Amino acid sequence: MARAYAMELEAHERYAQFAEQLDTHNNREVAELFRKLSHIESLHAKRILEEMRWPSMPALPPAYAWDTAEGPETALPDAVHYLMQPWHALEIALRCELQAQQYFEGIAAGEAPPGVRKAALEMADEEREHVRLVRDWMRRVPQPEAGWDEDPDPPRTTE
Amino acid sequence: MDAKPSVSVALAGSGGAGVMTAGNMLLEAAALAGYYGLMTRTSGPQIRGGEAAAMLRVSTFPGDGQDDRFQVLAAIDWQNVARFAAELPLGPQSLILGDPAQGEAPEVFTRSGARYAPVPLKALAAEIAGAWPNMVAFGLLAGLIGLPADVLEAAARKSMKKGLDAGIAAAQRGFAFAAQLQAYPLQPPPAKAARWLITGNEAAGYGALRGGVRFVAAYPITPATELLEYLAPALAKLGGTLVQAEDELASINMALGASFGGVPSLTATSGPGLSLMIESLGLGVAAEIPVVVVDVMRTGPSTGIATKSEQADLGTALYGLHGDAPHVVVAPNSLADCLAATQWAVQLAESLQVPALVLSDQYFGQARGVVDVPSAANGSVGRTQAQGGEGYKRYALTPSGVSPMAIPGTPGATYTADGLEHNERGTPSSQPSDHLAQMDKRARKLAALDPGEAWASVEGDGDTALVTFGSCTGPAREAIARNGHGVRLVSLRLLAPAQPQRLARALEGVKRVLVLEQNHSGQFLKYLRAEYDLPGEVKSLRRPGPLPFRPAEIHAALAQWSHA
Amino acid sequence: MNAPDAPLVAAKDFKSDTKPVWCPGCGDYSVLAAITKALATLGLKPENVAVVSGIGCSSRIPAYTSCYGFHGVHGRALPVATGLKAARPDLTVLVASGDGDGYSIGGNHFLHACRRNVDLTYIVMDNHVYGMTKGQPSPTTEPDWSSKLAPGGTGLKEFHPLVIALASGANFIARAFTGDPNGCAALIEQAVRHPGFSFIEVLSPCVTFRPEQRGWKTQVHAAPVAPTDDPGRAARRLMTDDGFNIGVLYQGHRAPYRLGNAASQTVEALECQFQL
Repeated sequence: MARAYAMELEAHERYAQFAEQLDTHNNREVAELFRKLSHIESLHAKRILEEMRWPSMPALPPAYAWDTAEGPETALPDAVHYLMQPWHALEIALRCELQAQQYFEGIAAGEAPPGVRKAALEMADEEREHVRLVRDWMRRVPQPEAGWDEDPDPPRTTE
Repeated sequence: MDAKPSVSVALAGSGGAGVMTAGNMLLEAAALAGYYGLMTRTSGPQIRGGEAAAMLRVSTFPGDGQDDRFQVLAAIDWQNVARFAAELPLGPQSLILGDPAQGEAPEVFTRSGARYAPVPLKALAAEIAGAWPNMVAFGLLAGLIGLPADVLEAAARKSMKKGLDAGIAAAQRGFAFAAQLQAYPLQPPPAKAARWLITGNEAAGYGALRGGVRFVAAYPITPATELLEYLAPALAKLGGTLVQAEDELASINMALGASFGGVPSLTATSGPGLSLMIESLGLGVAAEIPVVVVDVMRTGPSTGIATKSEQADLGTALYGLHGDAPHVVVAPNSLADCLAATQWAVQLAESLQVPALVLSDQYFGQARGVVDVPSAANGSVGRTQAQGGEGYKRYALTPSGVSPMAIPGTPGATYTADGLEHNERGTPSSQPSDHLAQMDKRARKLAALDPGEAWASVEGDGDTALVTFGSCTGPAREAIARNGHGVRLVSLRLLAPAQPQRLARALEGVKRVLVLEQNHSGQFLKYLRAEYDLPGEVKSLRRPGPLPFRPAEIHAALAQWSHA
Repeated sequence: MNAPDAPLVAAKDFKSDTKPVWCPGCGDYSVLAAITKALATLGLKPENVAVVSGIGCSSRIPAYTSCYGFHGVHGRALPVATGLKAARPDLTVLVASGDGDGYSIGGNHFLHACRRNVDLTYIVMDNHVYGMTKGQPSPTTEPDWSSKLAPGGTGLKEFHPLVIALASGANFIARAFTGDPNGCAALIEQAVRHPGFSFIEVLSPCVTFRPEQRGWKTQVHAAPVAPTDDPGRAARRLMTDDGFNIGVLYQGHRAPYRLGNAASQTVEALECQFQL
């Protein structure tokens, strides 16, 4: 569960970063969406604490103990684009939730002690629920048209 | 010959002759005898073994100018010494001393009408085991200018490490030989007083330390290297640090970094190095970081004549920075003033949080003089430091323009020093209003500066004024003293920010202004015309380095004008 | 509710409220995050840390931290940091630079900082391009990368910063990748702890001018061997490495730059040298 907690926390942090980046680049709509995603991940983290009745943060496993560079629920740092649309943001979220789901399924099917496997199964169910929610959400936003990332102006010189 | 208040002698010779050692000893002996003195040097381009000349002026009065001509030129040998002819003016009253074993004196010297007298320096030295001709020459010159015999040994003891007994004996031999020659006796020395023996570079270095400098970054360059070499061991004794940088781009930035850290910092250089530092001086202006750069000027452009003096970096020092970049430029106007001027520059840099340039030159820097104990700069206003706290604004728009500066380590006052234009908090800003407000603030700091009497040396009265700066001041003062009727001397020490009201007051009633400077294009004249209203008729007396102005030519320019 | 936020607050303590101007997706965001994370892990206080930089995208970092910052002129971050650390050895000094700022205009300082071994942490964000001036080739740009300033490519072999660092005497040489901010933070933390000069070359993709660098995440891999303290072995490794080995690649034992002692004299006492 400590890993799950670290995962949620890292995901929360990354979405918050994205929100900030897109704010600066005047993409308020997607920034707002990332802020929501960030908030959701922080709620997840909070709920794990409450469920585990941990008085405070547990000793985290080394953050880079994942098979991949970062937690399976963490979006890649270069996943964003300044002209991206809500659908793209949700696509990122979907990928993250799917990865998280697969991660926990892997533990549940593995050699871990029964207690851990049981918890992993619960987490996998939860992530599956998140995947469903994101998919629903994606249906409610317009799909981007081809050429969404075209900018008629060249980049600017700032220094 | 009648005793004179000042005698100039030169000792020349080729590599290995030891003319500099002998010259330094003579200066030391003159100092011990109670005289003032000044020694400058010239040499060929060789690293070792080249021809060289030590040029001394010993006098009963303080001063750091050279006289119109030398009374005595002594040569241990004549190899290539003719190349120094322009720097060693002689006259019919002068005496040339040469070792007959080394051939005749070059025509370029004898055509002055100076008399020649043979002195068998080598043969005299050979009579004493282990003695050198330069020590004979030292004693000979000491005798010719009328120093008492007892100072020879004392001076030798102060500077000789080996062969002391033979050296003293040789000096005494030379001293005795002088009795056979025409003497150039000095008047009795002035009343005894505490004096220092110091070079301009050492004085500037010591002034920096007095001002509180405890970090120096250094890149070697002639003729500033000795300043840095003086500072290295001195800083170590004071708990300071000197870092040898990889180039001047690094040295100025190291100094800025250290100063940002709260430690008063300095670097020293010459023209080529100053050019490299200019961009970062602008950073010091924009980020408001105190830093001092001593520019020991040499002839330019480019590598120029690295070992010779010129006042041709003035334009760069004043106007070389890109953008509108108010900063401080100070120029010492005597060798001893290198101390106070540099100390003052540190105080100005620290209190105004600006880069301050000190325009010294090779003439001051590498000359060694016997001077009255130099005065120090008055007062000491340090850096206004921030204590931290909520809403700290590093570049707050204060009435004086000076904003409290947070020193790293201070909690609650972190900020980023930036060469980008910024707002009061230091956050980069391209807003026209921020740019204007910060420009106004930076200009305000300098406009509000009250330099008191320190802005210039103003002496004498009369309706003619001689306006100059730096190492032209000594000869100017001497020329005015000879002139008889009144000429005012205004020697500027604070070149930037300009002080137009003060100069106007100093020049009240003046009808003629002679502007004196040592460069080709009249940079000082142009600066005066741009920043000040000069009264009456204005003339320029200027020429490039390396030859120093001599009092007679300045006197002639003044005399010619008043008779016109 | 304080408890779960604790680790975030710690890293956030090192972030300022100035918002970065980097393009979304830029690798430099990860470096900023890694720096703040490393400083938090090290238990430092923002006021005791200085972040120094020159000019370029990477060099914007100081103002984005809550530490003391110095955003100087192009190429001169290392001298500024050297002066600062020499004058204030009590501070932790990080230097941020890029491949243009650090390897081109500031190249000479790089050699001498490696050699001088002042206790600095030098983080170079390498994206093989000048971003702030709109995409010109840098010393690490591939010879055939075409741009407006060098149509068809420069035809010049890339500069090899790690090899040059080693040859110049650098004592801690690492490579990091912004796609792994945690790994990057760990390397920065290790570099700060290392006494003397430590150099981290960070592969930091430029999503605007070098979008193909998004592919770096499939190329990077942990260095297959432990760091060596043998410069000869390190030289062979660095010369033959594929440019995507991540980790500490060399760590030597050379003593850091010798700093001054405490004062032993007063300034007035120095006058005796000049007195007659």
